[in-house]
Amino acid sequence: MSSKESILAAIKGLNMEEKPLPEIPDFAVASDLVEAYTHSLNANKGTVVSKVELEQMIADTGFAKIYSSSPSFASYSNCEVPQHPADFADLDLAIIEGQFASAENAAIWLDESNLDLRAIPFITAHLVIVIRKENILGNMHEAYQRIGATKSGFGVFIAGPSKTADIEQSLVVGAHGAMSLRVVIL
Amino acid sequence: MSHPENATVFLKDKARAKWHDDTLWIVRQKRDVTIHQIPEWEKLRELASQIKDHTLSKLDFYLEELEKNATANGIKVHWAENAEEHNQIIGKILDEKKCKAIVKSKSILTEECHLNPFLEEKGIEVVDTDLGERIIQFLKQPPSHIVMPAIHLKKSDISEIFHEKLHTEKGNVDPVYLTHAARLHLREKFLQAKVAITGVNFAVAETGEFVVCTNEGNADMGVHLADTHIACMGIEKLIPRRKDLGVFLRLLARSATGQSITNYNSHFRSPSPGKELHLILVNNGRTKQLAREKFRNSLKCIRCGACMNTCPIYRRSGGFSYGSTVPGPIGSILSPGIDMKKYSTLPFASTLCGSCSDVCPVKINIHEQLYEWRQEITKAQGSSLKGLSMKLANGIFKSPLAYRISGKMMRASLKTLPDSIIYNPLNAWGKGRNLPDLPSESFKDWYKKNR
Ligand code: SF4
Repeated sequence: MSSKESILAAIKGLNMEEKPLPEIPDFAVASDLVEAYTHSLNANKGTVVSKVELEQMIADTGFAKIYSSSPSFASYSNCEVPQHPADFADLDLAIIEGQFASAENAAIWLDESNLDLRAIPFITAHLVIVIRKENILGNMHEAYQRIGATKSGFGVFIAGPSKTADIEQSLVVGAHGAMSLRVVIL
Repeated sequence: MSHPENATVFLKDKARAKWHDDTLWIVRQKRDVTIHQIPEWEKLRELASQIKDHTLSKLDFYLEELEKNATANGIKVHWAENAEEHNQIIGKILDEKKCKAIVKSKSILTEECHLNPFLEEKGIEVVDTDLGERIIQFLKQPPSHIVMPAIHLKKSDISEIFHEKLHTEKGNVDPVYLTHAARLHLREKFLQAKVAITGVNFAVAETGEFVVCTNEGNADMGVHLADTHIACMGIEKLIPRRKDLGVFLRLLARSATGQSITNYNSHFRSPSPGKELHLILVNNGRTKQLAREKFRNSLKCIRCGACMNTCPIYRRSGGFSYGSTVPGPIGSILSPGIDMKKYSTLPFASTLCGSCSDVCPVKINIHEQLYEWRQEITKAQGSSLKGLSMKLANGIFKSPLAYRISGKMMRASLKTLPDSIIYNPLNAWGKGRNLPDLPSESFKDWYKKNR
């Protein structure tokens, strides 16, 4: 008997009575979603910035390698998507579009339609995600309703920069992935 | 070694033990603060519990659904009856790829299966990439907590081992400095690895996708740079529908660390063009636990660690004292199912105060199951577990501490016990002189009174 057969047979042999699967109700959400979103993002160590602030930041920092797939910031892009993601190891800044976000926890949904390479939001030193105000939803239930049955090989909720508290519970930003997350709400 | 004996070792360094206790309590308090911002918290727990109960009651059906849908997505699905088979499957994939180095991200299952020693014996370099796991890997230690694997270490310990392994400045204990040293070191490993191994937080039967949650982004750094991604999951990690993730992602991080969500929540459905994605479904005793009706719902666990952070015994005895892959209250009801003899003292490492059950996001009746295991173990004691009373009598159960911090008093003063009781060198765990009787039969009455 294969392991698959033996595992399934062991479960079937228990003749368990089926327990009901509940429906998930709607829950109340914040009335001011932008404010709630900003608050949640701050807690996750990300920041909301305006378009002007971001442009200023880029001008001030003088990042060498910038990749943007956001039409709102297309002019900043100065490199092509490489064949192999490792060639983006020196990427200073990535600016990408997010589909929608959940105000309760600042999580932004991106899938392959937003990611020319899956590695981009992780390997870049700094990350900017652009979302539309009307795409800020209340909570994760609404977010999954929006995802619905869409098919993408990869999708991710990003809610902040890479961080860790593994050394004596001190919060440190920039463990492996992006050392900062800025969100532009248009 | 038994839990009481190990706990005695942990408590030798009183200052450190107190620090451990305080640190975990802070995490518990953070959890309390966040959940109070969610008016529907109790409803979410109930939903999560029902969804898991339902899934377990039709686990065979959902496993087949998962396999069918994942296969259609281009994922290669494997089944492993036990740890050896799990390791063999991974070994075979690595052989095929002629792979000599892998990166791995937090997976308690691979720890349970002892994958690292298996691969190292084959000459394969294994790099654990979660910062906490890398630290303990350098120290050749197992994790002491399922969410915070290096919670037992001080920054001076970490500074020392980083000085040795990564040539950081001697005596520099700045967490930012140390983390960034690890970042540089691990980035190199990520860029070289051809195969990345991850655990799985949730697998969705309906879509054939699975979800991995991290704060560091280490799972994603590994898998998106490698050509092959191998994901390993226990068969209980399933949920039926994609929308169920909404419930679980709201509960998981809030329960674990008091964050509203982990910063990276990646949904893997099919491999990138030209790459490979493997999913290994592992039993390793889970169907046996499923068959034990009283203990079945321990399989609902989503490994948030909240029961550890709140447990007065865990906080004051440390993760290593349990000697099992999963420590703390949940470990004490899972481990005896794997090896009752070896883990016979664990269900006794509890005050039965019920705090674990109160915080559990999937509403496992942990403390009641601890009590049930005590009955089972005491029954078996006559035949195969002769040594139990000896083992128990050798440590904390000789001490009045376990009783002093038990039951109602515990609820009222889970945190505010005078340190003089807990850290008194004469009375702390196993050092007691005035020995109370073992509470054998009176446990039942006591339990009824105190639940
Ligand atoms: S038993 Fe409950 S509280 Fe403990 S780790 Fe599992 S899900 Fe979390």
